[in-house]
Amino acid sequence: MTALGPDFVQFSLTPILIGILAAIACALPGNFLILRRQALIGDAISHVVLPGIVAAFLITGSLAAIPMLLGAAGAAIMAVILIEAIKRLGRIEPGAAMGVTFTALFAAGVLLLEQSDTSSVHLDVEHALMGNLESLVWLEAEGWASLIDPAALAMLPPELARIAAVAAFVSVLLIVFWRPLAIATFDEPFAATLGLPTALIGFALVVVSAIAAVAAFDAVGSIIVIAMFICPPAAARLMTDRLHIQVWWSVAFASLAAILGYVFAGYGPLWFGVENAVSAAGMIATVSGLILALACLFGPRRTRTGRPGETAA
Amino acid sequence: MSGLLDALLLSAGYNAALVAIGAALLGFAAGAAGTFLFLRKRALVSDAVAHATLPGVALAFIAMVAAGASGRDLLGLLAGSALSATLGLLAVGWITRTTRLSEDAAIGAVLSVFFGFGVVLLTVIQTMSAGRQAGLESFLLGSTAGMLFADAAVIAVGGAMTVAATYLLRRPMTVVAFDPDYARAAGYDVARIDLAMMGLVMAVTVIGLKVVGLILIVAMLIIPAVTGRFWTERSEHVLWIASLTGAASGYVGAAISATAPALPTGPIIVLVATGFFVVSLFLAPVRGVAAALVRHRRFQHRVHLRQGLLALARAEPIHDRFTLATLARAGLIRPDGVATEAGRAQAAKAARDEHRWDAARRIHQDTALTGRYDGLTPIEAVFTADEIAEFDRLIEGPRIVAASEPVGAR
Repeated sequence: MTALGPDFVQFSLTPILIGILAAIACALPGNFLILRRQALIGDAISHVVLPGIVAAFLITGSLAAIPMLLGAAGAAIMAVILIEAIKRLGRIEPGAAMGVTFTALFAAGVLLLEQSDTSSVHLDVEHALMGNLESLVWLEAEGWASLIDPAALAMLPPELARIAAVAAFVSVLLIVFWRPLAIATFDEPFAATLGLPTALIGFALVVVSAIAAVAAFDAVGSIIVIAMFICPPAAARLMTDRLHIQVWWSVAFASLAAILGYVFAGYGPLWFGVENAVSAAGMIATVSGLILALACLFGPRRTRTGRPGETAA
Repeated sequence: MSGLLDALLLSAGYNAALVAIGAALLGFAAGAAGTFLFLRKRALVSDAVAHATLPGVALAFIAMVAAGASGRDLLGLLAGSALSATLGLLAVGWITRTTRLSEDAAIGAVLSVFFGFGVVLLTVIQTMSAGRQAGLESFLLGSTAGMLFADAAVIAVGGAMTVAATYLLRRPMTVVAFDPDYARAAGYDVARIDLAMMGLVMAVTVIGLKVVGLILIVAMLIIPAVTGRFWTERSEHVLWIASLTGAASGYVGAAISATAPALPTGPIIVLVATGFFVVSLFLAPVRGVAAALVRHRRFQHRVHLRQGLLALARAEPIHDRFTLATLARAGLIRPDGVATEAGRAQAAKAARDEHRWDAARRIHQDTALTGRYDGLTPIEAVFTADEIAEFDRLIEGPRIVAASEPVGAR
């Protein structure tokens, strides 16, 4: 068996692709969240996804993908509105408002889950946290030739098409709204004087992040989501001072983390003579952390003034 | 209901009582430690600390099994979690200090990477022969069902020790939370006090792992502190209210959870705390939403009354519905819009006070006083009777103004 034989197409190709696409879909908006110091919005969103899908399940009684996604997206948007409301009504600093909101919603989600009879369906907290990338296999594939076989292609896991669509959607939005988004991110007052709707841009960014998070969550669980929102863009930020180059770096880092993470999780234990694979989602997050650590140590633009060796201003 | 009452009165069984007391102590300690974290505006650092405990728990389990022990010894697991939480905390500090990434990015990176690595280790444990019944998943969301006496004792003792440490450190931590620069100038070692604060947060997190789980312990650190902040402007009061809120949430939450199997302890405790938070958000005096609404209505009332009276004095027609209603309710105008006797008198006073303010601005150089003119502050509250008499001489004394005689134009 070679590493890239038919088994690879059957068991590893689709999970790796889904991992890459999910990582990119999250890393793209993550660049802007990092620059706007809203990195933890990703964290908050991925926590409130749980109550969202539980509520959707309770309302529709099914685990169909679309109601789940709608429920999760609705919960994410509600969380953002609640955070803003608590911030303004209670005059509480943003971090604490965020902490109150997402932990309370997460607790409500866990309670709902325990109260409702979900034992018959595959819906549990651990799955929500860790995802199950390994299970998204393409059983019908018989080798690389299956990539041009319509019958086999029709049996691709539906998660692949969904996350591909969302990744494309996020990319297109990013290209179309690049200028206003960049201006509003770097200099909000200037953007406002240009007549740009800065509040709307900020909200739209959060909503797009929520969509990316929910779609990625569906495939890979919430750990990858948080890690990919933050680690690749943060590492990219230490590589360059130019925004579009940073975005490319983040895409590269996200893809690298997804590939290496999956390979390490699936094949790494074999190298140590152990049969069982470990969690791919967890390993992808770990690799993205290692990439960030390397960037922190050696990134050419790691210090605050942009010049290595100079003490931070 | 009687089940809940039993649980609240600690008569629902020995273990349930221990858990309730432990949860109350934990809540107290979390409220206290969280207050300083919140006042220091670093509430979400606790999120990184909490998630960073997972790999430590898993590694401690693996190490204990490798050493031939059962791997389920709570103290050992908690020691491991403290170790990796410390590493996570140091990582957040290191990233923030040495790179240009902001603290929130560092927090997010540390929490997701540590947690991800922890999940990898959990899957490793699942494949170990001793790991099948490890039950380490219970550290994610907490589980007090089947808690041993020794475990409850660890939680109770740990909670009490954290409370004591917080009490001893409250003064330096308050100073640092409010004004680190002043604290440094006053000779406090800010870095070390910050470290102590983080140590307390970590202690609370580690102790809380078994009761509320590592995801929700963040709520115990943040929600009571934010709740306490609504009720007072004094830090020592915030500390007490937060601690008591935390303790009440822990106690009541544990009691409710003991009444039925499908009521997980951690989420219930957090939701009870959230209940306290929501009540405070709306009903707290001064900072609450209801109080702010009342204040806003009063202000509106005063502005409309004042503007209405000035309009009466100048015999200008009033169109604003709210102004008319305000004047009518105060008995200053009749339903048909004509000023009553009292209305004319008050209108005259309002107009006269405007003139007095004019005079005050002409002869007073003290802008700190004349600057207090906002159209609402009574002039008597700013100047002495002698000074007002001086203004009256300047404007030729008070004049009774008839509604038909405009006084604004001169």
